[in-house]
Amino acid sequence: MSQYSWPDPATQPLLGKKILRIDGPSKSSGRAKYTYDYNPDGLLAGKIVRCPYAHARITSIDTSAAEKMPGVKAIEIVQKPGTEIFWAGDEIVGVAAVDEGTAEDAVRAIKVGYEVLPHFVSDAEPPKNLAPDTGPISQDDFESMEDNQVPDDEAIAILKKQGVSFTADEKWYKSMEGEGTDPKVIAALRAAKVLPPSESKSPYKRTATQKQGDPDKAFASAAATHEGVYGVPCIVHCCMESHGSASEWGGSNDLTVHISTQNLSGIAAQMAEPLNTPAANIRVLQQNIGGGFGSKFAADRWDIVAAKLSKSAGGKPVKMMLTREEEFEVAGMRPSAYARVKLAADKSGKLVAWQSNSWGTGGMGGGGTPPIPYIFDVPNQRKQHTAVATNQGSARAWRAPNHPQAALITMAAFEDLAAQLKMDPVDMLRANMDILGPRAKTYAEELEIAEQLMGWKQNWHPRGDKTAGPVKRGLGLSIHTWGGRGHNSDQDLSIHPDGSVDLKVGSQDLGTGTRTIIAMVIADTLGIPLEQVTVHIGDNRYPPSGGSGGSTTVGGVSSAARRGAVDARDMLLEKVAPALKAKPEELEVANGVVRVKTDPSRSLSWKDACAKIGAVPLTVRGKNPDKSKPPDLTNSGVGGVQMADVSVDAETGIVRVNKMVAVQDCGLVVNVETAESQVKGALIMGISYALYEEKILDPVTGRVLNPNLEFYRLAGLNDVGELVVHMMTGKGYDDRGVIGLAEPPVVSPGAAISNAVANAIGVRVPFLPLTPARVIDALEQGGVA
Amino acid sequence: MRPFEYASPNSKEQVAALLGTSWEQGAILAGGTDLLALMKDDVVTPRRLVNVKGIDTLRGTSYQPGNGLRIGALTTIAELADSKDLAQYPMLFEAVTEAASPQIRNLATIGGNMCQRPRCWYFRSGMGLMPMTKDGKSLVVAGDNRYAAILGTQTGAYFVSPSTIAPALIAYGAKVRIYSAKASGSGVRELPLGRFFITPKSAKEREHDLKPDEMVIELIVPPPPQNLKTGYFEVRQKAAFDWPLAMAAVALQMDGNTVKSARVVMGHVAPVPWVSDEAAATLVGKTITPDTAMAAANAAVTKAKPLSMNKYKITLAKAAVKRAVLKAGGAA
Repeated sequence: MSQYSWPDPATQPLLGKKILRIDGPSKSSGRAKYTYDYNPDGLLAGKIVRCPYAHARITSIDTSAAEKMPGVKAIEIVQKPGTEIFWAGDEIVGVAAVDEGTAEDAVRAIKVGYEVLPHFVSDAEPPKNLAPDTGPISQDDFESMEDNQVPDDEAIAILKKQGVSFTADEKWYKSMEGEGTDPKVIAALRAAKVLPPSESKSPYKRTATQKQGDPDKAFASAAATHEGVYGVPCIVHCCMESHGSASEWGGSNDLTVHISTQNLSGIAAQMAEPLNTPAANIRVLQQNIGGGFGSKFAADRWDIVAAKLSKSAGGKPVKMMLTREEEFEVAGMRPSAYARVKLAADKSGKLVAWQSNSWGTGGMGGGGTPPIPYIFDVPNQRKQHTAVATNQGSARAWRAPNHPQAALITMAAFEDLAAQLKMDPVDMLRANMDILGPRAKTYAEELEIAEQLMGWKQNWHPRGDKTAGPVKRGLGLSIHTWGGRGHNSDQDLSIHPDGSVDLKVGSQDLGTGTRTIIAMVIADTLGIPLEQVTVHIGDNRYPPSGGSGGSTTVGGVSSAARRGAVDARDMLLEKVAPALKAKPEELEVANGVVRVKTDPSRSLSWKDACAKIGAVPLTVRGKNPDKSKPPDLTNSGVGGVQMADVSVDAETGIVRVNKMVAVQDCGLVVNVETAESQVKGALIMGISYALYEEKILDPVTGRVLNPNLEFYRLAGLNDVGELVVHMMTGKGYDDRGVIGLAEPPVVSPGAAISNAVANAIGVRVPFLPLTPARVIDALEQGGVA
Repeated sequence: MRPFEYASPNSKEQVAALLGTSWEQGAILAGGTDLLALMKDDVVTPRRLVNVKGIDTLRGTSYQPGNGLRIGALTTIAELADSKDLAQYPMLFEAVTEAASPQIRNLATIGGNMCQRPRCWYFRSGMGLMPMTKDGKSLVVAGDNRYAAILGTQTGAYFVSPSTIAPALIAYGAKVRIYSAKASGSGVRELPLGRFFITPKSAKEREHDLKPDEMVIELIVPPPPQNLKTGYFEVRQKAAFDWPLAMAAVALQMDGNTVKSARVVMGHVAPVPWVSDEAAATLVGKTITPDTAMAAANAAVTKAKPLSMNKYKITLAKAAVKRAVLKAGGAA
C-alpha cells in the first residue's frame, strides 16, 4: 500500500522551506499575460450602457442611432423596457465596436428612458422599534443570502421558520448548487413552506432575538459592563485587474472565453444555459489574474453579454473589461456591519454576558450577519440583527466574509471592557482561554510569540498615551479564525520517458503561489529538482479543480498533487525494479536518483529510470478528497493573533501604522515564503480598510462618489510600516495537514489597529476607517488631546 | 471618445488664434494629466486641443538676484524639483517635491498646476462647479460634503482649490503672466497670483481669471527679502500621493526675533488659495512661540463656516497653520 501521508518537512528539500514563486520572473518582467492583455487581431471592444439612477424603471430603449454608426458591430439589449432597476450602474444595453472609442460613442448614442423611483442608500442605524421580520423569503432574498455567505445553519433555520414566497424550477436549484450552495440548504429550501410574498416595503429586515443562557442575570451580577457602538462601512475589492472577459465563437458553435476568474473550472457550466450552448463546447482560459479577493467566482452578466455580442458579430472576439468606476458600482463589495454592544465580565476579566443589536447592508439583499461575539463562546447572550436593503450593487464574498466585521465589533468591545477593568488586554485574553473554542491552545501559543515580537510588555501602557506632544502611541490586539479545508481537485500527472514531468489541473493561481506549491509537492515526492516539474493550469480542458475561495486551494491542490505523485512514483518504481534487481518497495527516489534503500550503489539516474517507462508517458490521476487513498491530507480550522503599533497625531487625527505583528497557523506550511508573503498582503489590505477604505454613496443621487483610487484611498508603501510575520510550524501544526491561509490574516488588522488607536488616544473611534474626521470627532468626546 | 481637432502650434500668437472665444472651442494641452482625465470622464468636451509643448520659450527656469525667479509655464514639476534656481525658495521646493506622484510630476507642468480644475466629486461626475439638486439647492450642502470648503463659500461654491503649490507661490508674492492677444502693448498681462484664483459667483463662471483664448506663460517669484522665513505643512492621510485635507504656507519677514510682516496662505479649505490677513495680522510684532502660532491658527479660521460633514477641517486647518508658522519660526 502506498504511503500518501505528508513526510516530515525536516526530511524534505522543499516542503516547509522558503521557495520563491516559479512564476515570479514572468510577472516581474511583464511577460505574464492577463485577460486584460488578450488583444488578438480583429478584436472588438465591448461596452455597457448603464443605468445612471439608483432606482428606476426602464421606459424605453432606442438603439437606432447607434446601429447606424460606422464601426458598431453588435448591440444586445440586456434588460427590457418595463424592468425595475435597483442600483446605479446596472446593465441595460451591451455594444461591440471596432475600438473602445467607437463603443463609447455608441453607448452615448443609445437613448434609454427611465421613470426615476425613490432610492434608499443609507446604512445608518435602523429605527429602534422595528418588529422582527417573519415574512417568507423571496428568490432574491435567498440568492443574496447565498451571495453574502449567510452561514448554512442560519439559512436553514430561517427557511424552516419563515418559509419562502416562490417555487423554483429544477434548473434554478441546479444553478444554485453549481454556485456552491450546500445540499443541506437546498434540501431545506425544497422543504420550506410556500407562502404569499410579504407586503412590506421597509428596507429593514430584523431577525428574531437569539438568546443563550440568562443574559439579564449575568449582566446584573457582572463586575464590569461596557456599552459601545462599533462598525465598518461597505468597502470594495479593488482588484488591480478589473472584472471581465473576451469571448469568441469558432466554427461548430464552440466558444472560447478568456476570463479573469477565481473559478476556472466552474465558468463553462455557468455560461452554458444563458448562451444555450453545451458546456462541453465552452473552453475557458486564464493564465494569470490581477486579484479576485472573492469577487470573481461568477460568469457575470457582462461576460454573457460579451459572448452574445461576439455571436452577433459573426464570432469575432469581443473583450469586455470593466472600468474602475464600473468596478465600484457593480462588481461587488464587502457588506457594512455595525452593532450596539453590551459586554460584561467578572472581576477576573472573564466574559460572562454579551448583548448586541447589529445592522448592516450588502445592497438589496441586506448583507450577511456578522458572527458575533466573534470566537468567544460567551455563556449568556442576547442578539438581534437587522439587514438593511440599499439601492447599490450587490455584495460579494470579500476575503473572509463577515469575519473582519465580527472581529472589529467583538475585539473593540473586548478591549474597551479591559480598559474599564484596568486590565492589560493580553491578560484578559488569557483569562478567557477556556471560552475560545477548539483553537484555544493555538491562541495561547501564538499570543506568547506575538507578545515577544511586539515587545508588548515593554511598550503597552494603559489607555491614553500621557507623554507630551501631539503624537500619541498605542498598541492593540485581535484574534481570528477560519476553516480552510482543501477543496476538490483532480489532476493529471505525467512522467515522460525522457524524465520530464508535467501536471495538468483546471485551477488558477491568484498570485498566492498555487503553481509553485504543486511543483514543490511533486518534486519532493519524486525526488527531483523543482525546475524539472512543469505545472499547467488555467484551461478547463484540464481535470477540474475547485474555485479559489474560502482559503481552500492550497489544501486541495497540494493533497491531490501528493496522491498523484506518490502513485506515479510507485508505478515508476515497479517498472524500474527489475533493472535494479530489487522489489519496488525496496527502492526509493531522492536527489534525482532511483536507488535501493539498503544498497545505494545499486541505482539509476532519474533519466535512465524514466527510460524504462516505455513509449508513452506514465500518467496518473491525483484527487482530493480521495477516501481510497488515506489519510486525509488537509484539515480545517486555524487561529491567528495580531498586534498593531500605531501613532496618532491628536491635532490632525492622522493615524500611522508603525508596526504590525501577525502570528499565524495554517497547519502544515508547504512554502514558508509564499505563506509569509500572503500574510503580508493581508496586513497591507487590512491597514487599508482600517485607515482609508469606504465606499461613499451620495444620499441625494444614490451614486458612488468615490469610484476611483483618488478618494477611495489604498495604503501606499509608506503607509504600511514594519510587517512582522511568524508562521507556526512543528509539532501540533505540521501534523494537521495542509490548511488554507488566504482569509484568516486579513480578519484582525482592523480590530487590532482600532484598539491600538484607542490605546494611544484614550478614546474609542467607533467606526472604520479611522479617518482624521472620525479621530478628531472622537477626541472631542474625550481622550488625551 | 468624442472627436476633436488637434493643433500643435509653435508660437503663443498662434495658440491664441487656435483657442477661440469659448471654452468648448479649444483647450490648451500641456502635461495633460488633468485635461485628458476630464475628457475621458466627459466632464469637458473641447472641440480642439492646442498642444503647446512645442513652444520652447515657455520652458525652464532662471534666477537673478535682482529680479527673482522666472518659471516658464511648461516647466514640469519634476524639472522644478531638480532646479538649482529654487535654492532661495525652500518652501517652493518642498511644495513641488510633495505634490502628486513621480509619474505625474514628470508630466505635469507648473502652468497646468495653476490651471487644474477642482477635484470636487460632483464636478468630476459632470455636475458642474456649483452642482444643484432638482429643487435648486446646493448639492454639496445636501449631499456628502466631507471634503468641501469651510471658508469663502458665500457665493455657494464649495469646491476647494486643488493646487498645493499655489499657496506656497502666493506666500512668496508670486505673479502670473498671461498671454492675451487683446492685452495692450506686448500682449501680456500680469497679475498677482493670488488674484488669478477667483470664486465663481454662478455656474457659468470659472475659478481662474483667464479667458478662453488666453494662456498662462510664466510665473515670476520676487527675490526673497533678507530675513524671510517660510514654513509649509500639509495635513494628508497618506504619506504620499494624496490630496491634503488642509494645508498652509507661511512666509514671515523677520526683524531680529520679531515678525515684521507675514503672509499666511491656506490650501484645500476654500474655492481659492485662502490668504488669511487675520492670521498674518496676529503675527506682526510678535516672536514665534507655540502661543503666537496658535493665535494665528485661531484667527485663520474665525470666519470658517462648516457644513454637515466637514467641521473637522477647521481643526485640521488650524493644525496646518500652527505648524507652518512654527516651522517658519524654526521651532519644528
